[in-house]
Amino acid sequence: MKSSQRVTESIEIWFNGEPRKVVAGTTIALLLESLAINATRSAVELNLQLVPRAAHGARTLESGDRLEVVTLAGGG
Amino acid sequence: METAVQRSTKSLGDEALVIGHHRFTSRLIVGTGKYASYALMAEALALSGTQCVTVAVRRERLFDSEGRNLLDALDTSRYTLLPNTAGCFTADDAVRVARLGREILLGIENPGADWVKLEVLADKKTLLPDPVATLEATRRLVDEKFQVLCYTTDDPVIARRLKEAGAASVMPAGSPIGSGQGVLNPNNIRICLEYLKEDDPDYPVIVDAGVGTASDVTIAMELGVDGVLLNTGIAHAADPLGMARAMKAALEAGRLAYLSGRIPRRLYATASSPEEGVITPAKPR
Repeated sequence: MKSSQRVTESIEIWFNGEPRKVVAGTTIALLLESLAINATRSAVELNLQLVPRAAHGARTLESGDRLEVVTLAGGG
Repeated sequence: METAVQRSTKSLGDEALVIGHHRFTSRLIVGTGKYASYALMAEALALSGTQCVTVAVRRERLFDSEGRNLLDALDTSRYTLLPNTAGCFTADDAVRVARLGREILLGIENPGADWVKLEVLADKKTLLPDPVATLEATRRLVDEKFQVLCYTTDDPVIARRLKEAGAASVMPAGSPIGSGQGVLNPNNIRICLEYLKEDDPDYPVIVDAGVGTASDVTIAMELGVDGVLLNTGIAHAADPLGMARAMKAALEAGRLAYLSGRIPRRLYATASSPEEGVITPAKPR
């Protein structure tokens, strides 16, 4: 595969329990932005480990990553 | 404006509910779940007088037609949020959810970022707490500097173990979550209070779960607990706004009665009117 094609290569991750294709090289911050998720009201866990908000821009998603993105809901 | 009850409780030296670093003048903690609408929830919370509300941590819903987030309806400058770990059945998952909740509350800059209502449940049918997993999760969360408020059974022995593990508050259930059965075993709550407050009278004990109506709140408060946490009792009442007011009044009544000291129960009557000076009966008995 030529390097020019690799730019748009997609990988599959697990987003909140569902498989999802994302462009290779996508960071957590870019993914949240593309899904219109308000990062200040959310929290992200990657492969069972919390990723603090400040680290969202630095972490690039890899094939098979398991992402949980949560917010607050009504509860007792 | 200060109510008569607030003036009275102040005069009895009753200033605030203090849990860890948090201080509230209302002793009612109210849940944000199960309301017919967010608008109704917001109004009910306001009428209840609470300053502290519980919230759950759940996945972002990407394709929700309503599109509203709880945080659109909840004034987070007015309430301290208490994130829960509801839905967790293992200590591992409860620790994960506690961390996620803290991260969200840090993001929205709410003072509740330093605490968690820990729930580790045994099964979906009873929603009873798993005491062994709750104790394990408490230890781990205390190590991570959380102030841990432990939802637990009304068993005094596990209550004492949770306090020893560093829980900021122990919150025994009155009866199963959402069951509306009230305080089923007041004697266990009494022993919990004795164990937990022995040599530490300010240690906060909250009755959490099972409240069905206002008198349940009063009964809990009359036992001497520091506060009551409830959700379904208001959210699923026929008129949640009326019930929110009733719960507020019931809590104040119960607290004031506890501080004022009830009379002992007696088997026989004692006359309230003077026994002397009664006119002579027409017919001697």
